[in-house]
Amino acid sequence: MIETPLLQARGITKRFGPRVACRDVGFDLWPGEVLGVVGESGSGKTTLLQCLAGKLPLDGGEVHYDSKAFGTIDLASLSEARRRLLARTEWGFVSQDSREGLRMNVSAGGNIGERLMAVGERHYGNLRSVADDWLQRVEIDSDRLDDRPTSFSGGMRQRLQIARNLVTHPRLVFMDEPTGGLDVSVQARVLDLLRSLVDELHLSAVLVTHDLGVARLLTHRLMVMQGGSVIESGLTDQVLDDPQHPYTQTLVASILPV
Amino acid sequence: MSTALSVSGLVKHFTVHAQGGVRMSVLDGVSLSVARGECLALVGPSGAGKSTLLRSLYGNYRPQSGSILVDHDGRVVDMVAAEPREILDVRRRTIGYVSQFLRVIPRVATRDLVAEPLIRRGVERDVAIGRAGTLLERLGVPARLWKLPPATFSGGEQQRVNIARCLVAEFPVLLLDEPTASLDRANWTRAVELIAERRDAGAAIVGIFHDAEVRDLVATRTHDLQPIGGSA
Amino acid sequence: MIESGYNYAYLDEQTKRMIRRAILKAVAVPGYQVPFAGREMPLPYGWGTGGIQVTAAIVGRSDTLKVIDQGADDTTNAVSIRRFFSRVADVQTTTRTAEATIIQTRHRVPETPLAEGQIIVFQVPIPEPLRFLEPRETETRTLHALSEYGVMQVSLYESVAAHGRIAKTYSYPVVVNGRYLMSPSPIPKFDNPKLDRNPALQLYGAGREKRIYAVPPYTPVKSIDFEDHPFEVETWDQCCALCGSRESFLDEMIVDDSGTRQFLCSDTDYCAERRS
Repeated sequence: MIETPLLQARGITKRFGPRVACRDVGFDLWPGEVLGVVGESGSGKTTLLQCLAGKLPLDGGEVHYDSKAFGTIDLASLSEARRRLLARTEWGFVSQDSREGLRMNVSAGGNIGERLMAVGERHYGNLRSVADDWLQRVEIDSDRLDDRPTSFSGGMRQRLQIARNLVTHPRLVFMDEPTGGLDVSVQARVLDLLRSLVDELHLSAVLVTHDLGVARLLTHRLMVMQGGSVIESGLTDQVLDDPQHPYTQTLVASILPV
Repeated sequence: MSTALSVSGLVKHFTVHAQGGVRMSVLDGVSLSVARGECLALVGPSGAGKSTLLRSLYGNYRPQSGSILVDHDGRVVDMVAAEPREILDVRRRTIGYVSQFLRVIPRVATRDLVAEPLIRRGVERDVAIGRAGTLLERLGVPARLWKLPPATFSGGEQQRVNIARCLVAEFPVLLLDEPTASLDRANWTRAVELIAERRDAGAAIVGIFHDAEVRDLVATRTHDLQPIGGSA
Repeated sequence: MIESGYNYAYLDEQTKRMIRRAILKAVAVPGYQVPFAGREMPLPYGWGTGGIQVTAAIVGRSDTLKVIDQGADDTTNAVSIRRFFSRVADVQTTTRTAEATIIQTRHRVPETPLAEGQIIVFQVPIPEPLRFLEPRETETRTLHALSEYGVMQVSLYESVAAHGRIAKTYSYPVVVNGRYLMSPSPIPKFDNPKLDRNPALQLYGAGREKRIYAVPPYTPVKSIDFEDHPFEVETWDQCCALCGSRESFLDEMIVDDSGTRQFLCSDTDYCAERRS
């Protein structure tokens, strides 16, 4: 068993004025684990994700990350330069809206190659072949390499976003509703891709979703949030099959059968 | 040690908040143990807690008290008190679970689904796929179905895929919940042979077998469960 | 004699001191854009107010000033700026590069190599090389501070993907002293190699954007590229129709009403020297 957790959160608290968006959230994430955070709108799950990824400053608590480059670091004391470097190399962030996670006026190849160029890759041929390789892995046709994401469908944009994030082999990926808003069949394809990439690359991830089906498919562990607090947590199958908290029971019971 | 699994004083109840917090007590201090090469059949009427017990052994249901000690990698792990990642590790390498119904994952081909547990353990992909195919063949799932996702299969075909996915990895402990319920005679015969083989090779098995004939063929012992007085 | 009513070189003394301080900072951090409090000048933005303010701050009575516009001493703008300084700074002017101590230029570097002791002042429209890739000033300042220039490399990638080569032919971005990404002003890329380790002092002034930057003498200046698509300068099949030069930057001129074209040296002084 690995001795050090990849990500350690303790007492994460975030306020917006008088409103507490996140209250005292804590967990350990180990290498190769996918942690799901489920809850309805306003539960604080997206705020939590942004705090963990260093995009929002904390009002309380600490986040420690075991980095390859710098050892164990306290995110709050990380300089902006190092945070941005980590965000480009060891971390990934897949946004719900691909417009936020992609450069819409840059070709697919440029989008995928950007992180490599940012860390010093200067050979055009290499960049192109790595980008092409990843395009195929996310099941986008090679002949779209020079096309811009403006001409892609929603599902293709999400898959491109995934490729753009994974090209530097990050150890930790933050995902915010990665399949939100996609058609069901498209969602299945993206989920399948995520499932196999997580397995293949031994990724760790924190995945925010309101969809329990997505959680069931992709996550090993689950935290249920309500009103900014984690009201239940455990293995995904434990939480979904043996829910303890009244709110969790309501959530599980509310899933529409197909 | 030859005892692979040891359960002591297991208590499990469910509180349904939507029904005013009514508490349903299912297990009230169950104890049992299973040794290598044994197949323990849980018997008892519907509602006695057989499935609940099996799911608790897998860590799927969380008991309120008691212990479930399993021999994992030369250490003893208590499934009731273990850390989530420990339970995940036990499930990866020590305890296999065949549920009553196959949980279908969209788009994944049958043979890949069956090979997955081996690949997760680090077995080479080609080897894993090969073993998956062998097992599927043994269970009578025809090769023409291997490249298809099982969503459109019949109940019996799905169940055989389910069995194959669990048995491909040769777990030291197997939990079987009505593994042959939707199989006709020809097919459950194959499954029973496989299960008996594993038992004789040293696996410790706990199972629920609705069919008495099947039970008689695979079980070495039985454990009786009765429903606790009260609503079931 | 300076025209009465004007301070020497038009700007007041405190303004000149402020601009000199900005120039010193710029020289101390090669390629870094130093904000300065640009003044209202007697010509609008886009006509060289930045270059004029820099020249005004450094010019003295003993200087000899040359002003060129796209390489020529005789365009309207070059003439009027040169006349402006001769009136308010009582300074000698010349068209000969070798005789100048200060050369103010719009969009070209003289062909004649510069020497130690000379100062070349560039007129700059958009000082920020990342401006068209990242519109936010807050973000570009952060990118320069953190040396995060990936986005510029991406724009080169896009150029190669779209055109098969790096298609940028002017304002070609450079890295100065191995640290700051800089826009060399809209000089043709043909002139970029002249900036590298030039013995003269290079000063860059942007009036509208209110930035000054500098490259001290003998500083390395490298044009960015890809390993497999290296930086290349323009070439011509023709030579100059007047002096026969094959080494200088040529302008294509239409010389009569029937559309006859000629290729001529852009640098008028260089061409004239060769012909004499």
